[in-house]
Amino acid sequence: MIAGRSYRSRLLVGTGKYRDFAQTRDAIVASGAEIVTVAIRRTNIGQDANAPSLLDVLPPSEFTYLPNTAGCYSADEAIRTLRLARELLDGHRLVKLEVLGDSHTLFPNVRETVKAAEILVRDGFDVMVYTSDDPIAARELEAIGCVAIMPLASLIGSGMGILNPWNLRLIIGQAKVPVLVDAGVGTASDAAIAMELGCEGVLMNTAIAAARDPVRMARAMRLGVEAGREAWLAGRMPRKLYEASPSSPTAGLIG
Amino acid sequence: MSPLRISVNGESRHIRSGATVAGLVEVLALAGKRIAVERNGEIVPRSRYSEITLEEGDTLEIVVAVGGG
Repeated sequence: MIAGRSYRSRLLVGTGKYRDFAQTRDAIVASGAEIVTVAIRRTNIGQDANAPSLLDVLPPSEFTYLPNTAGCYSADEAIRTLRLARELLDGHRLVKLEVLGDSHTLFPNVRETVKAAEILVRDGFDVMVYTSDDPIAARELEAIGCVAIMPLASLIGSGMGILNPWNLRLIIGQAKVPVLVDAGVGTASDAAIAMELGCEGVLMNTAIAAARDPVRMARAMRLGVEAGREAWLAGRMPRKLYEASPSSPTAGLIG
Repeated sequence: MSPLRISVNGESRHIRSGATVAGLVEVLALAGKRIAVERNGEIVPRSRYSEITLEEGDTLEIVVAVGGG
């Protein structure tokens, strides 16, 4: 449930880094995702006007678009980008805000993120916000009115997995809006772990697009997210350090 | 009337004097495409493309949605 609308899939996927549009479409369909992120960029003037566009391959009637501010390093750039996105997508309000602080790590600039979030929320946007795994920053972004908090699990595009589950637990425990892991997932078990921590969803791109077989990995991610969600709802057994407990009866042994 | 010099997506171009945003979009073969236009930092709503006349030195940004994460 994001900004008053419910979705069946808890997997959100990016649309970048695929070999071509056909592979983009196949992978996204296999992932079962309903929300797809897109970037906003200058149009290539002079290119073949009849070349297919992303919107032809992934029609907005079938998918919920989540325009992002990838590549923005200031609140002003991010706000400008999302206002253009809103015009481009006919008044669309649901957006992903990310303001980067460093081109090497792509770590978020939380101060600029907060500044942009305040203005965008006031401007009527439903802001899903990429941020660091800092519970205080997460709380501040929620207080501003962001509709989802999306901490990184590890660096964007790194595939390093869930590096600080403890911080994610703190963020999930305090939040009243959905918390989604955004960035860092490398394989299906990472997605499952994120969901087992109690995340409402996972957003990823490179983990699927950079797999040897992206379509197959998309399916694995769908199953990983579903398995993790089920495990979270089922409630795992407690961890018992050095306390073994046989699964078979101890009575009735032969001999 | 001499043509106007404007900037589109960071590149300098000439366009006939009196041209509107709609005219520019037409010249660039972008008519009917899913785009958004910003003129001198202000968004131009699609419904106003034919009302807004370009002026010498205008800076335009024309964007599309592309694959991204």
